[in-house]
Amino acid sequence: MIGEGIQSTNQRHHTFVKDHVEVGFFTDPTVCIGCKACEVACKEWNHVPDDGFTWSGNSYDNTGHLGASTWRHVMFVEQDRQKGDQIVGATNGEDPFRWVFLSDVCKHCEESGCLEACPTGSIVRTEVGSVLVQHDVCNGCGYCVVSCPFGVIDRRPSPLPDHGGAFKCTFCYDRQKSGLVPACAKVCPTESIVFGRLDDLRARASERLQHLKQNGYADAQLYDPTETSVRGIHAFFLLLGEPEAYGLPPKPQVPTIYLKSAWTSAFATAIASIIAALAAFAFFT
Amino acid sequence: MTSESRLEQLRDEAYGKGIVAGRGVDVAGGPIPRKPGYYGQPVVKPPVWTWEVPLYFFFGGLAGMSAVIALGAVLFHHVDLALAAMWTASIAGAVLSPILLILDLGRPHLFLNMLRVFKHRSAMSMGAWILSAFGACAVPGLITLELHMHQMFPGALDQLLRIAAGIFIFGAAIFGTLLSTYTGVLIGATAIPAWFLHRTLLPIHFGTAGLGSAAAVLELLGHRITALNFLGFYAAAIETALLIWLSIDKHGAADRAIHEHGSGWLIRIGEVLNGPLALILRFFGFIPWAAISFLAGALISRIGWIAVGKVSGSDPESVFAAEKN
Repeated sequence: MIGEGIQSTNQRHHTFVKDHVEVGFFTDPTVCIGCKACEVACKEWNHVPDDGFTWSGNSYDNTGHLGASTWRHVMFVEQDRQKGDQIVGATNGEDPFRWVFLSDVCKHCEESGCLEACPTGSIVRTEVGSVLVQHDVCNGCGYCVVSCPFGVIDRRPSPLPDHGGAFKCTFCYDRQKSGLVPACAKVCPTESIVFGRLDDLRARASERLQHLKQNGYADAQLYDPTETSVRGIHAFFLLLGEPEAYGLPPKPQVPTIYLKSAWTSAFATAIASIIAALAAFAFFT
Repeated sequence: MTSESRLEQLRDEAYGKGIVAGRGVDVAGGPIPRKPGYYGQPVVKPPVWTWEVPLYFFFGGLAGMSAVIALGAVLFHHVDLALAAMWTASIAGAVLSPILLILDLGRPHLFLNMLRVFKHRSAMSMGAWILSAFGACAVPGLITLELHMHQMFPGALDQLLRIAAGIFIFGAAIFGTLLSTYTGVLIGATAIPAWFLHRTLLPIHFGTAGLGSAAAVLELLGHRITALNFLGFYAAAIETALLIWLSIDKHGAADRAIHEHGSGWLIRIGEVLNGPLALILRFFGFIPWAAISFLAGALISRIGWIAVGKVSGSDPESVFAAEKN
């Protein structure tokens, strides 16, 4: 099932935008080779500026994390665990080690923290279910930055081009409108990133999970928080091990669930302050 | 200079810990990360806000509650105090607050886009509308009150001004209470653990700090009346209670930014200044000192809460700990 070549949905023209079909990314680290073609393709197609070279010393990852100028990020996770039964070799399981690559991206949440928080209406939901920042509308208030439970969106600092605005993955909405596949999926040589209809991808992912489990990948799991207030994500992942190791929150919540208790407290304080002020003048005049 | 003993020391460190952190290379986890998380990278993004935001919280809170005091003052015929309170509300709320809010934007020239949409589920959008409505009430309220005070117009027109002033001041007071408290909702309803874990406390703290600050500024402007002294006691007493609440309601690693680091010290210093210290000074009659202590505390704790957000947002373990609860 891996590597469908030109038959893959990654290479075909589509009419998802016209047909209002919900689309997604399924990213599978078990076939990722860490080539970073997705990072490069994303930067080139979207004219995402270079945000400097820093030597992190963390495996082969000098990108670090997603941000205003990094919309795809290949993680290099090193763990002292066995990948699966298929790996025996010289170590014979005595000194287990695995190296997992995962291409991280904006999750395009069903209940999206950034979209809810945006006070300008700059962040919108598209016909295909993705979350898009309209850069000409964004005034850079920075509220989406603290409202994303995945730490994806960020404000681009000066002196980079278009600085001051919030940026993140656009799901290549411009390409999708023309029937093209997002740049990262298009270039992925192993179909670790698969683009397609969300329902197809979900089916494909559970099939893939079954296959891996049968082949000894005991700790493989799907990362798609449908049980929390985020209610599922459009760019979901297969993981080996816990989400924490990939810097992914195990139970992400959309911050709007906190509004009710916070506003209740605010209204109570507002009423108490008015009563206190009126009482002060009524009794001490 | 690297000496032979330094090399021995490095070898011991490598042998003992299995890892050596070198200069220029930040080895958060090499060769295998030992802490949960991805090489210590933040899970959520810390706020990008700079000094303008805590200052805006301070002046917005001060302005909003000044209008509340103005309402009490006009209702009980303290017209001089009402005028001073409306001047405070207008300068802090209709001049300083918008300037600070605009300065904080990444693209200040697009600030009017804030009023493109009305989103009740976005505290930032609500805040922009509340600040606008407050300004639209406070400034006309001040002008009509001044005109009425100076008897600029005769008879019926003056009566009309009096009624208009009353309506505008009432509006400013209502929007003022929201202006002082919504900032707590703004940071409480986010993905930053140390903030959302205290989303109930934050609006009470910000609103009460605003009320106490407004009373303090008016006292420092020379309005030494019992009503303001009472409000000073009220605010300092509530802030003292909040200090106790905050030291009991701990969430371990999830909100350690409030209790540790420099951010923890800012919160502590701020809360002591506008809580117990202001209360004690006021009790012994040192009213100007109590007012200064409260104002300093209100400002420092606002700076502290933004600092807490930066520390907590950069700390992956705080996110994991908050989600385990």
